[in-house]
Amino acid sequence: MSLTGLEVVADEVASDAPVVEGRSQWHLTWRRLRHDKVAMVSLIVIGVIIVLAIAAPLFVAITHHPPNTAYPNSGETAAGNPVPPGTAGFWLGTDGTGRDLFIRILYGARISLFVGFVTTAIGTLAGVTVGLIAGYFGGFVDQVLGRFTDAALAFPYVVLALALAVVLGPSLPVIIGVISFFSWAAIARIVRGQTLSIKEKEYIEAARSLGAGPFRIMFIDILPNLLAPVLVLATLYIPTAVVFEATLSYLGLGIQPPTASWGDILADAQNFYQVAWWYVVFPAVALLITTLAFNLLGDGIRDAMDPRTERVLAARRGRGERRRRRARQVLADGGGIGGPGREPYAPSAGGD
Amino acid sequence: MVRRILTGIVVVWLVSSGAFFLFFARPVDTVARQLAGRAATPQVINEVIRNLGLNQPIMVQYWHFIDGLLHGDLGFSYYSQEPVDTMLKQDLPPTISLVVGGLILWLVAGLSVGIISATRARSLFDRFSSVAVLIGLSMPVFVIGELLILVVFVPLYQHGFHWIQTGYSGPSQGLGTWSGHMILPWITLAAVQAAVYTRLSRGQLLDTLGEDYIRTARAKGLSERRVIFRHGVRAALTPVVSQLGVDVGQLLGGVIVVEEVFGLGGIGEASVQAIDTDNLPVIIGFVIVAAIFVVLANIIVDLVYALLDPRVRIG
Repeated sequence: MSLTGLEVVADEVASDAPVVEGRSQWHLTWRRLRHDKVAMVSLIVIGVIIVLAIAAPLFVAITHHPPNTAYPNSGETAAGNPVPPGTAGFWLGTDGTGRDLFIRILYGARISLFVGFVTTAIGTLAGVTVGLIAGYFGGFVDQVLGRFTDAALAFPYVVLALALAVVLGPSLPVIIGVISFFSWAAIARIVRGQTLSIKEKEYIEAARSLGAGPFRIMFIDILPNLLAPVLVLATLYIPTAVVFEATLSYLGLGIQPPTASWGDILADAQNFYQVAWWYVVFPAVALLITTLAFNLLGDGIRDAMDPRTERVLAARRGRGERRRRRARQVLADGGGIGGPGREPYAPSAGGD
Repeated sequence: MVRRILTGIVVVWLVSSGAFFLFFARPVDTVARQLAGRAATPQVINEVIRNLGLNQPIMVQYWHFIDGLLHGDLGFSYYSQEPVDTMLKQDLPPTISLVVGGLILWLVAGLSVGIISATRARSLFDRFSSVAVLIGLSMPVFVIGELLILVVFVPLYQHGFHWIQTGYSGPSQGLGTWSGHMILPWITLAAVQAAVYTRLSRGQLLDTLGEDYIRTARAKGLSERRVIFRHGVRAALTPVVSQLGVDVGQLLGGVIVVEEVFGLGGIGEASVQAIDTDNLPVIIGFVIVAAIFVVLANIIVDLVYALLDPRVRIG
């Protein structure tokens, strides 16, 4: 009886105080995220997009329209223009050469998602490694890696991406390489900053006194404490990578035709503004929904990891939240700008 | 200040050398083969290579390149035999029109929306602008441009409203015509960045408005306008300005895309064409102009920074 009593007490304590233990934190985050409607809708949207992308061959089987096959008779008007949505079994109409636009957008999603996930994974891995090494070893190593990070962050990356695409010739691996090359720096900087503070903690000293080597400390002791901010950054980087790939393909330096990619479809669509609105609108909407969903999910995860992530991700943001609350209070109390009626939560006296 | 300019020159030199070796380190016969035509014999190809000076050792070529650079000579286009500096000078006006107008619109829109949102946090305006910012952040530049053409330019044009145009027309053709050609490119270039700056200035200003000295200013009985603009915005702007130095590079990427979408024919579009045709001197010319632009912009940003924050000295 006393044991269950203790458990109840323990449960109460656990649900009250932020739990530091690893698994529970993820559990708590997930619970908070589940109540965030916007984030959940984004998650579902992302799931649907992934399923559609994977199931693309299935839709080919249904429509009998392979992605790279042109239908000059049924898929083009007499003047050689694309046919509108719903014509002759083309759900979203056709493109400039009489191919099924819907199927091509599905296959474009495969490229976009693949590039987005792979480059983010590579960039995250590289960024975490560089950040850990720079932060842990410090000194000269930190100086050198820091300069590299600054350079990668400050360089006009589209220019360099263009240059690399030219020198190496545009192809899928080159694009993945180029995008990954620009994805690690921001993560490295944040991981470095975190490592600097974590490595001074007592338990790191304890690990060292037990004889753990630097790499064991970095990857076993420090890394798990960094996973939360890294996860948020990675989620927010995926849409950037998707946009990056689309832009390169749009400029003709990314995925090469006839392989379908959203950027390439939109580049072709430019020749048909006057006659085929669907040719521009559908791929643009697909791109927008995808990036928006990832951005909203990333924001949601960041908020759900509150209060820890707020502090970890950017000290400024955490402070900002508190100040913002105070600022709101000031404004509501005396500023008279927002008007008390618009304030959704009345500030409690002495709160925060 | 002198040190800043010297560092800037070193950066430009490093970037141009980097670009030179990056591009010239690749096999020379691809471009020669293109120039010589499809049915060229090996002799003709070798002839072309010799004419372009591509058979010389790379250090000799590099020496010619640097020597020319110091004399303001960037070499000749492989195809038209035109001097690259003349080409760049021709292509510069649309690019400058685009950058200056876009930059002004971007800062004005970003900062004013950010300031209004911050002073009316949680208001309807703030919520609406937050959603707009998120959409702006999620949109690639070229998609914004294409959608603007589709929903603004095409319908207006079809209904006989011809002020808004695509392509480029210089200010000498009349300011009205010029702005009609530039208005959509400006909006496109500004949209994404304005979103970033709205978010940034809103956050910064909210932080600043929570400071004690703002309360002091209010307690002194200063007008709300004076508190926000003289005490709040000035302090909140410094991080925004330093971010501007970083974003100038991004602006260049946007310029390339916007010129491509609207067919403005500036140096960005010229460089994409040059990339398609392996026209190395033109590509390097663009990279050098880009590097000079970034360095200059960063010096200006530092000056503005010192102006805003008296604690900063120009080293």
